[in-house]
Amino acid sequence: MTIQLSLKSVDKFYGPVGKGVHAVKDITMDVPKGDIIALLGSSGCGKTSTLRMIAGFEAVSRGTIELAGKQVQTLPPVRRNVAMAFEGYSLYPTVTVRDNIAFALKASRLAEAEVARRVGHVADMLEITDILDRFPFSISGGQQQRASLARALVRDADLHLLDEPMGQLEPQLRTLLRGRIKHYIKERGLTAILVTHDQTEANALADRIAVMEGGVLQQYGSPAEIKERPANLFTGTFVGEPPMNVFAATASVSGGMLTFDLTGGLDLRYAESAFDPRVRKMVLDRKQVMIGVRPYAVHRSESGAAARVVANQWLGDQSHIAASFAGKTIVLVEHDRAHLTEGEPIKVEIKPQDLHIFDPTSGLALSHGNELAA
Amino acid sequence: METTSPVERLLRGIAITLVCLFFMFPIVWIVLMSFQTNETILRVPPSVIFAPTLENYTALITGKLETAAGTLDIDFMGNLWNSLFLSTASVAVGLVLGVPAAYAFARLKFRGSEDIAFTLLSFRFAPPLLVLLPLTIYFQQLGLANTYGGLIWVYQLIVLPLILWIVRGYFEDIPADIEYAYRIAGHDFWSTFRRIALPLAGPGIAAAGLLSFIFAWNNFVFALVLASADKQPVTVGALAFVTASGIQYGQVAAGIVLSIAPTFALALYAQRYLVEGLSLGAVKG
Repeated sequence: MTIQLSLKSVDKFYGPVGKGVHAVKDITMDVPKGDIIALLGSSGCGKTSTLRMIAGFEAVSRGTIELAGKQVQTLPPVRRNVAMAFEGYSLYPTVTVRDNIAFALKASRLAEAEVARRVGHVADMLEITDILDRFPFSISGGQQQRASLARALVRDADLHLLDEPMGQLEPQLRTLLRGRIKHYIKERGLTAILVTHDQTEANALADRIAVMEGGVLQQYGSPAEIKERPANLFTGTFVGEPPMNVFAATASVSGGMLTFDLTGGLDLRYAESAFDPRVRKMVLDRKQVMIGVRPYAVHRSESGAAARVVANQWLGDQSHIAASFAGKTIVLVEHDRAHLTEGEPIKVEIKPQDLHIFDPTSGLALSHGNELAA
Repeated sequence: METTSPVERLLRGIAITLVCLFFMFPIVWIVLMSFQTNETILRVPPSVIFAPTLENYTALITGKLETAAGTLDIDFMGNLWNSLFLSTASVAVGLVLGVPAAYAFARLKFRGSEDIAFTLLSFRFAPPLLVLLPLTIYFQQLGLANTYGGLIWVYQLIVLPLILWIVRGYFEDIPADIEYAYRIAGHDFWSTFRRIALPLAGPGIAAAGLLSFIFAWNNFVFALVLASADKQPVTVGALAFVTASGIQYGQVAAGIVLSIAPTFALALYAQRYLVEGLSLGAVKG
């Protein structure tokens, strides 16, 4: 596995180093060649700043960026050999969509027939063949976005940076293009970094997801890892729809039962043997913990703890049920239509292997089900 | 589809006519005056019926001013040429200096950039007479008094702030990402400036150039103090029509017509270009 891009302790300050706004904090990550990486986070989390530092539009305040084996953090954008699709499209307004896409290829002195072939191919893929001869101001936002994406994807660059590349597209088209773009990138062995706040997009496209918040890289791993083993409370609650249910709990043991006393006067009781000894020891050593459980892992069961329905939404393919539970609200997801009305009492059960346990002060994950967090 | 009622259209027509009359009347009157002799101009009551004469224009073009007191040599065509040369050269110098500076102020945030930009603008606040006296003395010591070079330099006080502030606004309106997109596609800073920023700010640069040309053309006091007869533009040259035997209204009018003609034509031509440029260059997103 060759490393195509490597960020080492990268910091970004807007303003003087050490004093200005600290937008990106000490990010270290490696991107293997041929991988698609998603930078996932809410607005202002530093993902676009990170992308622009890689492209060379923002100076790197501290740290190094290595691309294709050479340090690039001080090079001008023209010498980094990266392609980028901009969030604001940024098409050249004076030339047609076709020329916009072909611009970089023409500059690289590719034969005209080859340029035409590649532009045609990428336009086909993104369904913009019919607007190739229009000017950017005469096409819709979604078409501009696809033209901008085509302009980036048509190039042979060491790295492709895609900043919210599909935000303006209709859902059906987005789903269709996601598959095609992934295939295109993989087929040509390109390395790509995708900035998005849409976790479906990140999950569908990326080999690995880098979750960012407050300028800090929270977790960097495969979509499955992030879902199953969230590194901290932030990733746990940020990734996943609907979000993870989180409760503060005090752990104790008596008579072979491990009890989580949820603040709010409700207990979750499990047989001691249901837990791995190391997990059990960790929980009892700490006593105060945060427990998290995915809505999909909350089940209705006669032997469960009491809850009361506050809302029940049928989304066409699944039900989202919100219930008051331990003084807070717990959300559960069911695949069939649930016939529950507001105020109806239910009983919910959470299996021990579905519990994520976090440190209440640092938010770091301590265990996932029966395994200690690394 | 016409949605306005006839009454509304009528009222609008009347309003437009009034505005046009108000602004065009002095110009029309001067054009009429320029085809009359002093006697017909000064008769009471004034009338628009007269026998047109070209003698005012002949006098200006030949440089021989016939007055009651005899023939006077004037160099109006020389003045016109001076105006043209001074204004064109000033705007050219102003654009060469101002456009890159405007780009820097728009794109690069460096220490003191706002202060410098504001200082340049403040040249427009001070009355020209305030700087003229010390300037005259310096210019005489430096040997710049009564030279085209010196005048063009002083004209930068008029031209540069205008260009800088108008063009800066246009550069700021271009999304920086368009330039980034071009740079990342394998072009350096300089070619991005030339191939993307300049063309996109084109209408703005044209507007700034036009406006500063008019301001430079209309300048009076700098040239009055710093230039002698052979370097004077029309604004100062027109003083020659105030002669010992009276004011030559006919020639003054003809002189005005000749001197506003270039800027008038330029404005008419550029107006079309500006409207076109602004609607074509509109950047969405």
